[in-house]
Order: sequence, then C-alpha cells, then structure tokens
Amino acid sequence: MTKRRVEPFVWLTFSGGGVLAAVFLPVLVLLFGLAVPLGWVSRPDREHLLAVLGHPLTFLFLLGMFVALLVHSAHRFRYTLYDGLQLKMTRTIAVLCYGVAVVGSIAAVVVLFTVA
Amino acid sequence: MTEVRVYHRPVSVWWWTKKRSYFVFVMRELSSIFIAWFVVYLLVLIAAVGRSEAAYQDFLDWAGTPWVVVLNVVASLFLVLHVVTWFNLTPQAMVVRLRGERAPAAMVIASQYVGLAVVSAFVYWLVTR
Repeated sequence: MTKRRVEPFVWLTFSGGGVLAAVFLPVLVLLFGLAVPLGWVSRPDREHLLAVLGHPLTFLFLLGMFVALLVHSAHRFRYTLYDGLQLKMTRTIAVLCYGVAVVGSIAAVVVLFTVA
Repeated sequence: MTEVRVYHRPVSVWWWTKKRSYFVFVMRELSSIFIAWFVVYLLVLIAAVGRSEAAYQDFLDWAGTPWVVVLNVVASLFLVLHVVTWFNLTPQAMVVRLRGERAPAAMVIASQYVGLAVVSAFVYWLVTR
C-alpha cells in the first residue's frame, strides 16, 4: 500500500530532476568540469563563488537541484538494472538505489551548509 | 489458493545490443550514472571552495588531470544524450496549448533549447562576472 502512495512522488521528482539535468547541468559541467580546469575560462574568484553560494536563493536552489538529480538518477538506474541487465531482485535494487540517493542528499545538505 | 505458475521465456542480458534503437535506449538510461557523477563532482568542488583557497586550487588541478578530463568528456556525451532525448520526449509527455490550439511538437522542442540557452547564459554570467 505505501508503495502505491510513494510511487507518484518518485516519478514527479524523476521528471523534475530530468528537466534540471537537461537545463542546468550542461553549463555547470562545461564550466567547472572542462573550461575552468583546462584554462579556457579564467578561474572564478573564490570570494565571488562564496558570495554566490552564500545567498539563500542559491542554497535553496542547489539543494533542491541536487536532491532531484539524485532521485532522478536513482530511479532511472533502478529500471536500467531491471530492464537492461535483467536483474529482478526488485526490492534490494530499489533499497540500494534510493539509499544512495538519500545518502547523497544528506551529503548535499552538509556541504551546502558549510559554505552558506 | 492454487499457485499459478507462469512461464517466462528467458531474455538474454545482451538483448539491447541486437538493435540500434534498443542500444540507444539503454545508453539513455545509463546517463543516470553520469548525472550522479556530476552531482558528486559539483559537491566536492563546492566543499573545496568552502574549505580554502588552496583546496579550491587543488581541486582544479585534480580536475585537469587526464583521467578526470576523459571521464568528464565521456560523462558530458551521456549528458548530451539525456538533453536531446529528454527534450524530444516532452511533446509526447505533455500537451502544450497556445490560444486553445495544441502547440506543434517542433515548437515545444525548440522552446526548450531557447530555455537551455537563456539559463546557460544566466549561469555563465552569475559565475564569471
């Protein structure tokens, strides 16, 4: 019974995370994953980044984004194992996938609080 | 209750290599791992920025090492696959109405790329100004 009630919210977060991943991740990844480490763009000032990260709106947005991305990822990977690799230990896989998402979300809260 | 025993024809683990569309489907689903990787990556970056100037520079040095760059390039390709497939699916997942008329799929898809461009420009400005 509980599964029925939880499932729609997981799908909703999956969709939200999918949109955020498609719209916000590309620029962040291109900037901080490639452009800045490889020197295509000059390194943003640490003070400036701290100022941006310290803003309550940034804090709330990033927290929501990280949680949604983790749920999106966990949900999708769960079905990748189920359909792709034909792993049918449904319950164990679900617990592991969402468990990792929960641990990641807690880590996101901790990290964002240290810079806020 | 009588037990109903249903025969399931075994499916090969490699079923998705048989056809191009199946392969793209599984690759699209695998983008989930790389999205999780980017979350970890960004969180480690934020933690480093919060710690100290040296930690921030150390992180960037590490991020510039060949294997991290290769990983990020591969992960970015999966992210591109996610973006394209996600935008293409939107018109099928939701109906957008404009003055009572159903907006054409091409328009819904195009407007998402406009959104992507606007958000990217804003984030770029916010980070580098």
